[in-house]
Amino acid sequence: MAQVHLQKVVKKYGSLQVVHGIDLEIADNEFVVLVGPSGCGKSTTLRMIAGLEAISGGEIKIGERLVNDLPPRHRNISMVFQNYALYPHMTVRENLGFSLKIAKRPQQEIDKAVDEAAQILSLTEYMDRKPGALSGGQRQRVAMGRAIVRHPEVFLFDEPLSNLDAKLRTQMRTEIKKLHQKVKSTIVYVTHDQVEAMTLADRIVIMRDGYIEQVGTPLDVFETPANTFVATFIGSPPMNLLHGRVTGNEIAIDGGPAIGVPEPFTGKVQEGQKVILGFRADNLMPYGHAMPMESGCAEFDMTVNLSEPLGTETLLFGSLAGKEVQAKMLNPRPVADGERLQFRLDLARCHLFDADSQQALR
Amino acid sequence: MSRFRPPPWLVLLLPAIIILTAVVMIPLLLSLYSSFTPYRLTRPETLYKWIGTFNYEKAMKSAHFWAAFGRTILLLTIALNLEMLMGLGLALLVNKVTYGQRALRTVMMFPMMFSPILVGFQFKFIFNDNVGLVNNALQSLGLSNVAIPWLVDGQLAFTAILVAEMWSSTSVFAILILAGLFAVPRDPIEAAKVDGCTPWQSFRHITLPYIMPFIYIALAIRSLDVARAYDIVQIMTNGGPARRTELLWTLIGRTGYVDAKMGYANAMGYISIFLAIFFTIYFFRKLNAARSELGMAG
Ligand SMILES: Nc1ncnc2c1ncn2[C@@H]1O[C@H](COP(=O)(O)OP(=O)(O)O)[C@@H](O)[C@H]1O
Ligand SMILES: [Mg+2]
Repeated sequence: MAQVHLQKVVKKYGSLQVVHGIDLEIADNEFVVLVGPSGCGKSTTLRMIAGLEAISGGEIKIGERLVNDLPPRHRNISMVFQNYALYPHMTVRENLGFSLKIAKRPQQEIDKAVDEAAQILSLTEYMDRKPGALSGGQRQRVAMGRAIVRHPEVFLFDEPLSNLDAKLRTQMRTEIKKLHQKVKSTIVYVTHDQVEAMTLADRIVIMRDGYIEQVGTPLDVFETPANTFVATFIGSPPMNLLHGRVTGNEIAIDGGPAIGVPEPFTGKVQEGQKVILGFRADNLMPYGHAMPMESGCAEFDMTVNLSEPLGTETLLFGSLAGKEVQAKMLNPRPVADGERLQFRLDLARCHLFDADSQQALR
Repeated sequence: MSRFRPPPWLVLLLPAIIILTAVVMIPLLLSLYSSFTPYRLTRPETLYKWIGTFNYEKAMKSAHFWAAFGRTILLLTIALNLEMLMGLGLALLVNKVTYGQRALRTVMMFPMMFSPILVGFQFKFIFNDNVGLVNNALQSLGLSNVAIPWLVDGQLAFTAILVAEMWSSTSVFAILILAGLFAVPRDPIEAAKVDGCTPWQSFRHITLPYIMPFIYIALAIRSLDVARAYDIVQIMTNGGPARRTELLWTLIGRTGYVDAKMGYANAMGYISIFLAIFFTIYFFRKLNAARSELGMAG
């Protein structure tokens, strides 16, 4: 039972500040994923929660306890490291039981907890091997097993799947999700992979350059990105962004067609304001191959430069106003490169950002 | 017409074979042979008299030989253990230092740069009962008012030799262990911290297994060193007084060159070599075991 509470947390390495006063509330039993490009300070934040890095400013609380100056061993946390960090001289069984042995628990209890963890993670066959004789996926499971035997208040994961191949990664992702349902506890999970973040998280924290850009449920951050960074970072393919200017009831795309101001934004933009129009490929479709669009839509022609058939749909790469734009085609038919098609843009699902601040207009 | 033409590999290896034969094989065989003769340096003709294993039997029955043998093992055991502990401590301290560590590492190696002969002379002076530093210090501090006979009393002399030995060679351990500490990965240590280890426990359960191979390498090197200890003892006490600090090789050296009984000395030498071989094999076994613990054995 533990919530994690970060208040104005700062990390400096010498004079270099890498985390700039972040605030974050993580509820008990919540699965929170920190996601962001490489070098944005995710690991540093996680390691400050673990107590492996000193906190340069602000407060971190686990449960009701202020842990700023507590060493990791007094924080009641478990951590799974990116490169497993197993103890190479111990067997799988010893690796799993190590923390309980250090805590001087009775052997009977250790055996029980170790067997239970081995059961959950299907490690029973490998108990007497050393890590050197295990595959990447098995090592990963040992690392997770080592974390769960202690029943900690908080689990910390630092990119635990990034050393696995694609297939194993998907499989382990599901395992982690199941694990969370089984062992009910707070999880803070770091990844640079937005798919991992979307599939695992109760709530996603998107970080960039030591700042938090947005916090929300996966749907939240997908449906209502707070700024252009989140808009392009979350979702695949990334959201299309086109610069334009408000003129009357329309947005004149720089060097492209004019498009009616989407209904949710009428009255929220000023004449002459520079804006960025954002829309996902799913909301731009060729005429006759589109979803029905309830409210307004804009129509314009676009040349298709390249098409990627995916089976049930085809991804189209066109260029609009000199920028590459991605669209989707339902019930696809073969499209020749260079073919000119008429597209419909679902205005109700468009996003609008202020061009100067890059923040979403709401 | 067919003349013998040696194969090219033999021609290429021939210089090495000749040199090795001349500088290693012949002296080795000669000394082995001489240990079965009553060979005395002063009477060359004795080299041709075969007396079988007489010298070996004599050594086996000699109380002096066994006393020296035992004393050598004692010195080896105590010196190696103390040097290992001190070297480990030193390496851990230096490993903690962030500023000026390079300079410290260099300073740490100074004792290794002196000839053992000079170290012997230096400590002979330091432990001198009249003008020596130790006695002067003890007397000035009022801890003692007599001149302690450091190099005369058997046990004190042994201690003095031990101190000199440790001063000159603890850094062998320190350097090798420090190299081991540099090679310890950070991740398992951090995992151990999270798993609840105190600093001492992470040292004991994670760091130590990683540096054990380095410790065994140092032990193997130093066991060979101490098993053939000669120079420092020769200078400080010359094995005396009255054989109180006699080690194997001071005994062998005196027998061979002072008493000129080279055949007998060689016989004792060959017995002593087993001591060195035994320790080398022992520590290499340990080394391999420690490495396979870590999954490093190939
Ligand atoms: N020990 C360190 N000393 C100096 N800078 C560091 C150190 N560790 C990390 N950094 C810097 O802090 C920033 C954030 O790093 P990190 O938290 O590891 O990023 P990531 O989001 O990829 O996990 C990076 O720019 C990195 O270069
Ligand atoms: Mg990282």
